Amino acid sequence: MSAMPEAIKDPVLSVRDLTVRFATPEGEVSAVTGLNFDIGHGECVGIVGESGSGKSQTFMAIMGLLAANGQASGQALFHGSDLLKMKRAQLNKIRGSRLAMIFQDPMTSLTPHLRISQQLPEVLVIHKKMSMADARKRALEVLDLVRIPDAKRRFDMYPHEFSGGMRQRVMIAMSILCEPELLIADEPTTALDVTVQAQVLDVLAELKGRLGTSIVLITHDLGIVAGLCDRVMVMYAGAFCETGTVKEIFHDAQHPYTRGLLASVPRLDRPADERLYAVPGQPPNLQRLPAGCTFQERCAHVFERCIAERPPLAAFAPGRSKSCHLNGFDAEGKVIA
Amino acid sequence: MISYIIRRLIGAVPTLLIITAVAFFMMRAAPGGPFDGERRVPPEIEANLRAAYDLDKPLWQQFIDVRPGLCAMRFGELTGSRPDADTLAAQGLKGRELRLPPSRPGGPSQTSSFLELRDEKNLVVRCLGGYLGKVLQGDFGPSFKNKDFTVNELIAAGAPVSLTLGLSAITVALFIGMSLGIVAALNQNRSGDYSIMTAAMVGITIPTFVTAPLLTLFLGVYAGLLPVGGWEGGRLENIILPITVLALPQIAIISRLTRGSMIEVMRSNYVRTARAKGLSEFTVVTRHALRSALLPLVSYLGPAIAGLVTGSLVVEQIFQLPGIGRYFINGALNRDYTLVMGVVILYATLVILLNLLADVIYRLLDPKVRYE
Repeated sequence: MSAMPEAIKDPVLSVRDLTVRFATPEGEVSAVTGLNFDIGHGECVGIVGESGSGKSQTFMAIMGLLAANGQASGQALFHGSDLLKMKRAQLNKIRGSRLAMIFQDPMTSLTPHLRISQQLPEVLVIHKKMSMADARKRALEVLDLVRIPDAKRRFDMYPHEFSGGMRQRVMIAMSILCEPELLIADEPTTALDVTVQAQVLDVLAELKGRLGTSIVLITHDLGIVAGLCDRVMVMYAGAFCETGTVKEIFHDAQHPYTRGLLASVPRLDRPADERLYAVPGQPPNLQRLPAGCTFQERCAHVFERCIAERPPLAAFAPGRSKSCHLNGFDAEGKVIA
Repeated sequence: MISYIIRRLIGAVPTLLIITAVAFFMMRAAPGGPFDGERRVPPEIEANLRAAYDLDKPLWQQFIDVRPGLCAMRFGELTGSRPDADTLAAQGLKGRELRLPPSRPGGPSQTSSFLELRDEKNLVVRCLGGYLGKVLQGDFGPSFKNKDFTVNELIAAGAPVSLTLGLSAITVALFIGMSLGIVAALNQNRSGDYSIMTAAMVGITIPTFVTAPLLTLFLGVYAGLLPVGGWEGGRLENIILPITVLALPQIAIISRLTRGSMIEVMRSNYVRTARAKGLSEFTVVTRHALRSALLPLVSYLGPAIAGLVTGSLVVEQIFQLPGIGRYFINGALNRDYTLVMGVVILYATLVILLNLLADVIYRLLDPKVRYE
């Protein structure tokens, strides 16, 4: 069980004890275990972790988009009402309108046989009860907003006629049509090349500034987090291992896994022939998690207590928490005795 | 799109020619002949018989016969300068072939093994003799076994029956099969899915020659609800059972195909996006999923419809229906060369046309497909 997060006043989203389980032929797997966090108004929170750490599934569960064999328990309070307990019809009033999501793979996330002009306005028609004509007009405006050049001409095109970056911008446009209070961006730039990445991130930053949208940015790219986010939550094996502000995480990481992640980012201020650091080993099998710390097999600082006892996520400074038995790291990166 | 269709149709011509040629020579390569099963006749009569059906000529000439002399003659007919019989005889043309259509209207009609001079166009076609020449003019020739009928007449009589049965069966099968497949996919791995898929498996494995007698026995004989056979001008009561028997395996196949592709599409990223937009499940399925899920079905339906509308031997035999399905098997067994050829060409044409139609529909369903 992890500690309660620092109280955020009147959060948009408040997640309590969220657990996501999948029934597989090999038995039940917990992809996410007992997560607690809040997302405040106008805040941008980065969720960082390796593939399979549960970062996507956390928000799939919140959006009600888990695969058929998935089951979420706990609470996900959106302005106080629990998304996990809602009936489909009730949930459909919120998702797409006040709570929206952008997906990882823009190439396959738009319906291939519908024109953009068929896919975008339908959101407004359903949620805002707009007429088709008004919805089309508004959709065109939003396409301009996400800087799709010559949007009027492209409006009646099919998704395959757009490039990857364009499609992701169409996805973003679609998700912000109703000006959601919370936008979940699940690796929005992973499938895109670097220049396009930057453009997409600019669009997100602009949204945050202009509309005051809260953004959750799920990524494994720490560079993106540094550029866009206020707070960071690092996930490992279905739980948070460290949380804090961007500055704290980047300059004063206190969990060995966070330090490993940061060390494995290629840097321009290091010699080009220097071997890039990689966190040794593989993420643990979620079906057979060790009794103690889930990171013990890959940690350079492991000691007896780590094997015997799983460290809880505990606050160690205002707004900061980690799940580690170590006392922490000093400015030189040495473990504090 | 139009130019694509035209190009495909032009491309179909060599395909059909090759199919015709292969079928023709394979049929002739099979041992035995159309008259083997009949009472022994004196050799002279047999020789006449063979001559009457052109079986006395070399095989390739039976298939296609181009002789410049005849072309010259026909050409002369058109231009008004008829070559005389001696010229033609010198080119090796037999007397029978020289019996030309009457030059005066109203004169006694005479047949030639070459095409009759019906219209003044298509000179090339009219210069072609042999089976291919006739076929190009739309004449499949006389049936060897049904002696009073031409193949055209037999097909014309049987086709409406097979067409009615086949099209009704595939329509019924599409409607029921698609609905079942969608229901099964949306209830994946639940009881509804399992019962539909079990029924479909049974439907695929039980052959029509089992379902037909069983249905006849229970609904026709015991319950007395429906007639056990006969066509009677296509009365509804008469065609319900054969259509059911034809449709059952198709329902099974179509529901399995639909289920498979539907499950795949329902797991796709764009269906997830559609759900994330807050659309109702009904809108997600009908607007965002169904069209892509139907694509594999379209490719299946082309050949399947061709197979169904050309008739089923089993169903037509059991229900005593005058369709064309029985012609094919019976014709092949009896070496009724022309009848088999007629059905083969009809079937091949249908397959080609329906596959073209399937591709066109594919294009309409999937904007990513471009035929240029």
